[in-house]
Amino acid sequence: MKRSPMIKYIIRRLMVLLISLYVASTSLFVLLRLLPGDPANALLSVGATPEQVAAARHTVGSDLPLFEQYFHWLRNLSSFHFGTSLIGNVPVGPEINSRLSVTVPLTLISFFVTITIAVPLGFIAAYKSKTWYGTILNSISQLGIAIPVFWVGVILILIFALRFMIFPAGGFPPTGWSDPGQAVRALVLPVCTITLVMSASLTRYVRSATLDVLNSDYLRTSRSLGSSFMEAMWRHGIRNAASPVVSILGMELATTFIGAVVVESVFALPGLGSLLVQAIGQRDYPIIQGILFVSTMAVLVIGFLVDLAQRFIDPRMSKSLAGRNA
Amino acid sequence: MTTKKRHSLPLIVGCTLVGFIAVMALVSIFWTPYSIQDMTGGRLGPLSSHHWLGTDKLGRDLLSRVMIGARIAIAVGFGSVLIGAILGVVLGLIAGFAQRWVDESFSAMFDILIAFPTLLLAMLIVAARGASLASAIIAIGIGMSAIVARLTRLLVKRVLAKDFITASRASGTSWARIIFIHILPNIWTTLIVTFALQFGFAGLTEASLSYLGLGAPPPNASWGSLLQEAQATVLTSPVAAIAPGVLLVCLVIGMNLVADGLRDVADPTLRRSR
Repeated sequence: MKRSPMIKYIIRRLMVLLISLYVASTSLFVLLRLLPGDPANALLSVGATPEQVAAARHTVGSDLPLFEQYFHWLRNLSSFHFGTSLIGNVPVGPEINSRLSVTVPLTLISFFVTITIAVPLGFIAAYKSKTWYGTILNSISQLGIAIPVFWVGVILILIFALRFMIFPAGGFPPTGWSDPGQAVRALVLPVCTITLVMSASLTRYVRSATLDVLNSDYLRTSRSLGSSFMEAMWRHGIRNAASPVVSILGMELATTFIGAVVVESVFALPGLGSLLVQAIGQRDYPIIQGILFVSTMAVLVIGFLVDLAQRFIDPRMSKSLAGRNA
Repeated sequence: MTTKKRHSLPLIVGCTLVGFIAVMALVSIFWTPYSIQDMTGGRLGPLSSHHWLGTDKLGRDLLSRVMIGARIAIAVGFGSVLIGAILGVVLGLIAGFAQRWVDESFSAMFDILIAFPTLLLAMLIVAARGASLASAIIAIGIGMSAIVARLTRLLVKRVLAKDFITASRASGTSWARIIFIHILPNIWTTLIVTFALQFGFAGLTEASLSYLGLGAPPPNASWGSLLQEAQATVLTSPVAAIAPGVLLVCLVIGMNLVADGLRDVADPTLRRSR
């Protein structure tokens, strides 16, 4: 394989990433500015004088022309300045950063635990699809995609935190990661919650990808040419099964990162999600904008990495813009 | 369609589960055991002949609240599928007919929107419009439309490649007429399966939003908010937390089974390759 098409592809895909980031940030700006009501209202009490209104509008910057506001927004984004929170009057950037120290570990730990559980399970469910435990694995994973994640969380709290008091029902040590033992203990139930739900859907995908490979002509041909099952699987199977699984993994990672919002609420973890929910309730626009931008960026970057990974796994991938086959 | 060899078991089980919830929703429009404002039941009452599911912490009858939750779940399903279907089919048709870069940019747009978590989209829209049932329905519908659009585009392209389209064009039929007499009749069975599947997931997403307090505002609470309220008192009255979750699972599983069953009926060749 020649190198240059790959590099060309990476550059092209990088351009797409930058354009989507720009489009996303612009739509975010438009969406939040077109709202009824001035963001300055969050600063004001009922019956504020016109002078107070003008002062508040000046602080928030909503007295500037729309275009100027837009360029401020873009300039600030490019240097990760999200302004100051309207309610707590703290800078948004560091606030988001501190929240990420809960959300990112929660997401990544859950993600890797899920992979280690779901990939072997999915393989077994496919390889043994005609046996009774293959069927049971399949039914359980079918059930799993229908279960709301917060419900699993509440049930786990009921059993492990309230009945048996093994793990805390929620919260995070105020000292953060300086007490790793307590921090990890606080994350056990949230991680279990995400893992239980996410393993179910991942198992399903791995199962169907593996089934496709197991039923494929090339695997049969390879076997008929004398290679053992493991050999054929290793040489031909894994690469073919990996491609759809990687794209699902990317989507799952993005969904987990966003879905962490719900789990954080269940366990009262001071993560990005709980900050967002609180900010939406208080109409604290700088925080909302900042978090939505960071989350969108995460989703887009994950998509970018997934496309690159797929390209490495399967260089036949179509030349289409998004790098996926129709 | 071939002759019916057997009744599709998934379809029957699925219809039973969904039908049960639909009946509950329908009845709740005309009658609930207690009014939602009635707080005379005693706080956190146990299961009894008066209150089949007990009462919540304000003394409201839980069965009545769960029934209203069913109504909301069904409403969200219908509303968002309607939005997703109309938006998705129209966009999919455009992309299906389009060539080259128009088609490519539409497909890229669908891909990006599909990769975008619905929950994030929903929070964006709630941040913009404020928390309400309508916001939730719109958000879920838009998220769904990308999935529908991508599928529609693929199906349209497949039908357009057929000879009868060429024949129809040669005999002077307009494109508009071709869409209605050839394309839509050929693709709607597959689309219906997707709608059924998405109907269930819409309920699930709405429940997550309500759990976060970003869904339908009280007192007409959805199952998500019921669960959220029940969490604080889960040790004393676990039923309040378990019941809405079980019903939600029933709805999603039920719609999944209905979709499976419809797929088997609509297209026997696709059976069980998964």
